[in-house]
Amino acid sequence: MHKFVFLFALWLTVFGACAQETTFKTNGPDDYREGVHVFTNATIWKNYNTRIDSATLIIRDGKVVDAGKNISLPKGAIVHDLKGKFIYPSFIDIFSDYGMPDVTKAKGSEDPQMESNIKGAYGWNQAIHTDFHADRNFAVNDGKADELRKIGFGSVLTNKKDGIARGTGAVVTLNNDKENFVLVKPDASANYSFNKGSSTQDYPSSLMGSIALVRQTYYDALWYKSATDKKEFNINLEEWNKQQSVPQIFDAGGDWQKVLRADKVGDEFGVQYIIKARGDEYQRIDEVKNSKAKLITTLNFPKAFDVEDPDKANWVSLEEMKHWELAPTNCAALAKAGVDFSLTATDLEKKEDFLSALRKAVKYGLDSTLALKSLTYNPATFINVYDKVGSLETGKLANFFVTSKPLFDDKCEINENWIQGKRYEIKPFEQKDIRGEYSLNIFVNAPAQMFKLKVSGDATSPKAQIILSDTIKLDAKLSYKDHDISLSFSPDKKTTGKIRLSGTINYIEKSWGGKGEYPDGGWVAWNATQTKGPEADTSKPKKDTVDVSKNLGKVIFPFMAYGNEQVPVQENFLIKNGTVWTSEAEGALVNSDVIIRRGKISFVGKNLSCADCKTIDATNKFVTSGIIDEHNHIAIQEGVNEGTEASSAEVRIGDVVSCDDVNIYRQLAGGVIGAQLLHGSANPIGGQSALVKFRWGYTPEKMKIEGADGFIKFALGENVKQSNWGDHSRVRYPQTRMGVEQTYYNYFTKAKEYQKQWSAYNAAKIKGVAPRRDIELDALSEILNKKRFITCHSYVQSEINMLMHVADSFNFKVNTFTHILEGYKVADKMKAHGANASTFADWWAYKYEVIDAIPYNAAILTKVGINTAVNSDDAEMARRLNQEAAKSIKYGGLTEEQAWKLCTLNPAKMLHLDNRTGSIKVGKDADIVVWNNNPLSIYAKAEKTFVDGILFFDIERDAQKRDEIRRERARLIQKMLDDKKSGGATQEPSPKGHSEYSCGGFEEHNH
Amino acid sequence: MNKSFLAACIFAVISLNASAQSDVPAPARKQTKSVYLTHATIHTGNGKVLNNATISFDNGKIIVLDENPSFKTDETMGKVIDCTGKHIYPGIIAANTKVGLDEIEAVRATNDYSEVGNYNPDARAIIAYNTDSRVTPTVRSNGVLYAQSTPLYGTVSGTSAVVQLDAWNWEDALVKEDGVWMNWPSMQSRGGWWAESASPTTNKDYDKQVNAIKDYFRDAKSYADAGVHDKTNLRFEAMRDLFSKAKTLYVNVGRVKEMQHTIAFAEEFGLRLVISGGEESWMMADELAKKSIAVILGKTHELPGSTDADIDQPFKTPAMLQKAGVLFCLSIPGGFWQERNLPFNAGTAVAYGLTKEEALAAITSNTAKILGVDAQIGTLEKGKEASLIVSTGDVLDMKTSNIEYAFISGRQIDLNNKQKELNTKFSKKYGVN
Repeated sequence: MHKFVFLFALWLTVFGACAQETTFKTNGPDDYREGVHVFTNATIWKNYNTRIDSATLIIRDGKVVDAGKNISLPKGAIVHDLKGKFIYPSFIDIFSDYGMPDVTKAKGSEDPQMESNIKGAYGWNQAIHTDFHADRNFAVNDGKADELRKIGFGSVLTNKKDGIARGTGAVVTLNNDKENFVLVKPDASANYSFNKGSSTQDYPSSLMGSIALVRQTYYDALWYKSATDKKEFNINLEEWNKQQSVPQIFDAGGDWQKVLRADKVGDEFGVQYIIKARGDEYQRIDEVKNSKAKLITTLNFPKAFDVEDPDKANWVSLEEMKHWELAPTNCAALAKAGVDFSLTATDLEKKEDFLSALRKAVKYGLDSTLALKSLTYNPATFINVYDKVGSLETGKLANFFVTSKPLFDDKCEINENWIQGKRYEIKPFEQKDIRGEYSLNIFVNAPAQMFKLKVSGDATSPKAQIILSDTIKLDAKLSYKDHDISLSFSPDKKTTGKIRLSGTINYIEKSWGGKGEYPDGGWVAWNATQTKGPEADTSKPKKDTVDVSKNLGKVIFPFMAYGNEQVPVQENFLIKNGTVWTSEAEGALVNSDVIIRRGKISFVGKNLSCADCKTIDATNKFVTSGIIDEHNHIAIQEGVNEGTEASSAEVRIGDVVSCDDVNIYRQLAGGVIGAQLLHGSANPIGGQSALVKFRWGYTPEKMKIEGADGFIKFALGENVKQSNWGDHSRVRYPQTRMGVEQTYYNYFTKAKEYQKQWSAYNAAKIKGVAPRRDIELDALSEILNKKRFITCHSYVQSEINMLMHVADSFNFKVNTFTHILEGYKVADKMKAHGANASTFADWWAYKYEVIDAIPYNAAILTKVGINTAVNSDDAEMARRLNQEAAKSIKYGGLTEEQAWKLCTLNPAKMLHLDNRTGSIKVGKDADIVVWNNNPLSIYAKAEKTFVDGILFFDIERDAQKRDEIRRERARLIQKMLDDKKSGGATQEPSPKGHSEYSCGGFEEHNH
Repeated sequence: MNKSFLAACIFAVISLNASAQSDVPAPARKQTKSVYLTHATIHTGNGKVLNNATISFDNGKIIVLDENPSFKTDETMGKVIDCTGKHIYPGIIAANTKVGLDEIEAVRATNDYSEVGNYNPDARAIIAYNTDSRVTPTVRSNGVLYAQSTPLYGTVSGTSAVVQLDAWNWEDALVKEDGVWMNWPSMQSRGGWWAESASPTTNKDYDKQVNAIKDYFRDAKSYADAGVHDKTNLRFEAMRDLFSKAKTLYVNVGRVKEMQHTIAFAEEFGLRLVISGGEESWMMADELAKKSIAVILGKTHELPGSTDADIDQPFKTPAMLQKAGVLFCLSIPGGFWQERNLPFNAGTAVAYGLTKEEALAAITSNTAKILGVDAQIGTLEKGKEASLIVSTGDVLDMKTSNIEYAFISGRQIDLNNKQKELNTKFSKKYGVN
């Protein structure tokens, strides 16, 4: 912008009062007021880091004219002497729903709803609300505004918190005026979340489904923008595209993992979201920082649990206790890491707690300047409105509040909050100081009855005493406001009746006077004159005796019981003199050693030595490769099934891997080093798997096995037919095994055509418009191209046979049939096809299609020559997969070596990981377990579990950890008790864990 | 209904019965001659191990139990089986099961364990007990010879029955109708669905629910005390024996507080209480021992109840109860096909602190005591039922467990089952074995 134009514009905004024309008519004579106010002698924070003492602020017509020292006062201004007071720019909350319509969810029918039920030219999914514009739906709500004004806010970015795409947000002030005058900026942001909100449509039902929907909508919108011959008009995609240029705000709606998930989706499309977090970012501050996202975070600190009752205290987890202690350090941690963040009051249970929570954050290490910044400069710059709000520079809105003390003083009160030049009294300025000694005369009869009165104590709420003698003092009741005063007391110790006086204060003469009534009912006149001024305040300012930011527990990884202060790292180990089950041609080697170096198995042999290794004596112990679970559903956040449609090939477990699951540790303790985390079995084409190693304490991305092939879950039979889901589930196709087959033909045919479309496009010399990218068909194309591999939940022989036919006709192989309980009936066909089998050891009778399941299945399949594994599909059984493998010795007579491979090398093969794990072979990953006994025995315990040469589970360390957990719990319980004693609010613990007894002690099978 | 449809139905029933014959072996005939099992390692179920020992039984009862017996056995004495190197154990007893009450979990027509309504003390498991279940032979062939067939759900679920697992009909099967089952209210309520359970919250109605139970028992006791009635209440009739302690009240309850409330309740009404489940029983083991309250412990093959708990807590709970002197047995609550893994649940308890003989007691003699059938079964002692199993190796370890023979009251039962038949059939198809 040309400099002159800029200055002219500035001039207009500041002095162009005449520009305040409106289209609105006045009933009666116009009542325009210029509103020129001058605030003098105040300590002014002109912006978050500029404090000016004894300064002046001038405002006119709702805007700041100037703020500073030595500025000339306009004529006719209303002057406010704010000596001893403080002025701050009003706060900004950019995560508000102020003035938005309520979110109402229609009571959904129990029947599935496959399509959007919104009428109009909107998109296919009801959770995409890009048609929503906050400015068009905004209504001033003075009651709600008042809650925010009281805690210092002057403006907000508001948006309706409903849906996955939430349309735009608008910046509004909290002024109680017509909407036209408080709306500062429409379409100031585009807002998103993972939560489908009021949508009654089934899809998405899981977090990974929400992520897939966001991803697909980006692609759809790109296509929509470029496609020239499209058939559809789509309001939501039109709007989506328009909204890409404004700041993008994503409500992660959960823990730090969801913050990172949001950031990752944004990265895929070159979008850097401003992300709303929930205040636990300190638990993974490095990763949060590395996301480079700006954050909106909360001061919603948990209350202490009421842990008086030790039994109930057991219901509170270590994680909850530690979060209670450390949540107030979150802002300090963000600041220390250099993360830009703003604060919101929106998710506070009680808004009035905001300032005390803010001060708490400061006590826990947040720099007070940064605290101010996070409420003014940061939110304003995040959404590009710093030219209007966030500081008291010339031309900005006159949004500021006046306080009695510096903001971070515990006793500070907000007296007034001015918004667009309009004053909102929050708490009256304190009374003038009337402390001192007075001579009180009551004219009951001549001569007047005289009393000596002393007013002392706190200047704002002083106490009064009648001094009868040096030793006899009677308390009097004193109250005053402005010029009114009243006083009552007993004239002496014997009288119980009170003399009650009422009158006015003359502040200049320091005298009081008026009328009163004696206990006997006689009316009198009285006066009082000050004989001595107030005593000098000699009390020292009270300091917090304890520095709360000291003696805090440590952040552990993961942030729960059994977490570590430091995540374990690779070391070199020499495991000596064990019985080594290699699962290779060498078979079992007695009295042998294994050297682990830099994460790999570097030597296997006898009498090895290693200078820079830690030595582990494995005498009388067994050393094996770690167990791999082909079929597992732990460590997944918010939903393992996106079973709302027949195919959900677009969803990825990899998007929702969670590292905060204690089952990871428990399974390490069962000798399990990794697993395929699978989508559920609710639909014929499920979602994409994640292959992980159980790197306890590492983040989800670091748990994923680098360079692993892509897999996808398919499912057959009763689950995908929804046979056991009740009478309402009779809508979704397919409902029969016939329909299951056609579902596959349909989707693979579509994928083939889709590929053809793309190849034509890619081959064309002159490129037209690119076809629409469809991430569901992408995944299916990968299967056709042998780049993604199927693990198919399957039971009955007919359908196993069917899927192999489908695969053959599309020229690919079914990689693995999982569960495959009737595999023994079609073992010859599976062998011919080249499929792997991953089965339960002995499960059956939980539904009709497993009526012919037999525990001999694994043995028969093995003997026929099919690569076979046992799997868990169950967090509990997963930690005993060695025992499940051992059952094939009992049922079917496999050798120990064959049985052991069922849970190690064979699953590694079917997951295409056998080049790196699954057996003890030089060069493979050091995924190794040391057992105290033959690992196929019920009496075996894993004593040490290594993943990539990192000792993640050690039975001795485990014993220490238990002790640490007990001690840390005890410390925090005592701290919570102290907190309660000193008046802190508490919450009731609530019981957790298994509750199978309440419904009859019966486990559910959904496999 | 037309005739051809009716005919089709009849045909279907006949063919079902026909197939039932093939995969449920015929119950064994009454013992007609003496049986001698010689040179075995005999685990008596009450802690003793006899080496190179002989057990003999006649008319269904044990008559000889001898280490290094002085007499020689030969075919003239009866049936003699050389059990050198083999292990003999009492028949395993599975408490708190759905054996015979459920055939296929997801098929409602085969579910017979939960009557409608909250208070069904008069609903008798034995009436629904299906002797022709195809599941039972698969349980039996792992050494489980007795089960407590137990109703589920509601507040008072019904009356359980201890059955022997080789019978023509439920009258044959019945050992004893032993007690009434109740579910104590949970202090926690839980939302969500199977794929994603919601965070648990406090059950605000807990006190109300507990009071409702007490009211019900007050009425039942008053009914029992009054003797004869003009109007009969079948439900209360079924509860009479609870107040005389002729029957046991089994209560599914897990948390310390809930267990304490349950105990106080049982004391108030003078009941013979057995706690079932008892996930947190280890936290109050001393109290349970002192008050002589027995526990039917839930699975050892279970996850700990909370994140903070010791990761092996369910594995070691049996050892903790044992040490404190609590009378307990192991169970797989509400299991039917799962009961074949009961011995391995006991094996896990050995890995975490029990001796093998203590673990064996926890699925034999302790169970018999708790169910009140210890006069007949649960141990190998002279005069008791000859209900026992012979295993190639250690029965508590799946790696070695292999039941070669089983006897119920002296009857040698057929250890075949549907799954073995399918194994044979398809192994033959592929020429593997």
